Amino acid sequence: MSKTYYDPADLKKFTNISEWNEELGQKFFDYYGKVFEEGALSAREKSLIALAVAHVVKCPYCIDAYTKDGLQRGITKEEMMEAVHAGAAIESGATLVHGVQMMNKYNKLSM
Amino acid sequence: MLKKSLKQRKSELANTQRQLDVLSNGIFQNNELPTFASTLKNINAHPLQPNTVEILQINLGYMCNQVCAHCHVDAGPDRKEIMTKATMQQCLDVLKKSEIHTLDLTGGAPEMNPNFRWFVEEAHKIGVNDFIVRSNLTIIMANKKYNDLPGFFKKHNIHVVSSMPHWTRNKTDQQRGEGVFNASIEALKKLNNVGYGTKESNLKLDLVYNPSGAFLPGDQNSLELDFKKALYDDFGIEFHQLFAITNLPISRFLDYLLASENYEDYMYTLVEAFNPKAVDNVMCKNTISVGWDGFLYDCDFNQMLNLKLKGPMVHIKDFDKELLKNRTIQIAQHCYGCTAGAGSSCQGSVV
Repeated sequence: MSKTYYDPADLKKFTNISEWNEELGQKFFDYYGKVFEEGALSAREKSLIALAVAHVVKCPYCIDAYTKDGLQRGITKEEMMEAVHAGAAIESGATLVHGVQMMNKYNKLSM
Repeated sequence: MLKKSLKQRKSELANTQRQLDVLSNGIFQNNELPTFASTLKNINAHPLQPNTVEILQINLGYMCNQVCAHCHVDAGPDRKEIMTKATMQQCLDVLKKSEIHTLDLTGGAPEMNPNFRWFVEEAHKIGVNDFIVRSNLTIIMANKKYNDLPGFFKKHNIHVVSSMPHWTRNKTDQQRGEGVFNASIEALKKLNNVGYGTKESNLKLDLVYNPSGAFLPGDQNSLELDFKKALYDDFGIEFHQLFAITNLPISRFLDYLLASENYEDYMYTLVEAFNPKAVDNVMCKNTISVGWDGFLYDCDFNQMLNLKLKGPMVHIKDFDKELLKNRTIQIAQHCYGCTAGAGSSCQGSVV
């Protein structure tokens, strides 16, 4: 058994999840592949969105995968960092907007 | 930033046998990854056989004004291997009697060979359909004596193929050296000015993109669009096609992979991206590579690994197209670089 929760080598085994449920695994990977095709958004734009989300959900596998994907697409480090900040801004915004709830509650309970 | 070749630094990787050992040991020896030969066997493509030779790629010498971090030739100003006029003449003799339709001059910086212009003039007289010179661009700006190269290329209807790793200064200079981006932009403007690369022009100007790191090139067409937009918007530069070429794990790129501890992951990436369709169109099927000393190889990469042509014919003076057709192609694990994804060749993707 690995002594750490995350092993970079596990990313290569991602498709193994289908071994224990082929139907759902297959449906997921088909869906995943379709999502990242060129569409109304370019594959390049989707790659940057994926990189931002990877940071927000703090998935080390996804961060590795979409940093490499970005490099392959010629995406610059400046673009990557801006994407990460966009994700971080939404995430911190989501925290901070709860401050309104805190203020509401504070005001309600206070004389 | 690199200043010297592996050879000058007396690096153990300057020894080609050492490189072949690295490529055969470790993950390939313990069967963690299949060798290229066994992968070919699985698709009934072993031994790899050539088609008719159509392209003669001649390496005019390893001397170069740049010391690029990824260079598979280990080229640089300190390399003294240069093709002689006598060997050039032997190449011309082959061109006269063969049906080769594409001549591809490479290096180092082929323009630094003192007999480069003589050779181009003589080869032009023979006439080939496609006469390529692989120019690193900066050579045009490096010295006054090279400033007129765009005009010289035009006079001989040369198809110019130039390296350009990225449309941004940082990424280009990181791979190819400080100041390379600016000099390349100036050289491209000079080429555009004499008519190279513009929309309706027959003077062909193509760019080569190599990833600047341990990753594969993305989709060639998408990269071409990005390059075209950025170079035109920022500098008004035009070119025709972009060739996306995978870095093969040899020479200085292998040195980089090992030093940065990316070697195993990179080999995994190449092997996982193996595309059987690319095998049909690998460049060793229709190309012969001539070394600076006239020895023959299945490709420029085999030349740099000193994997000479298999069989009785090893030198340009013995050129015989029938013998060439009946040979088997020398392979090792570096060949995965040409079969990954959309495939890779000196003409870019192959699938």
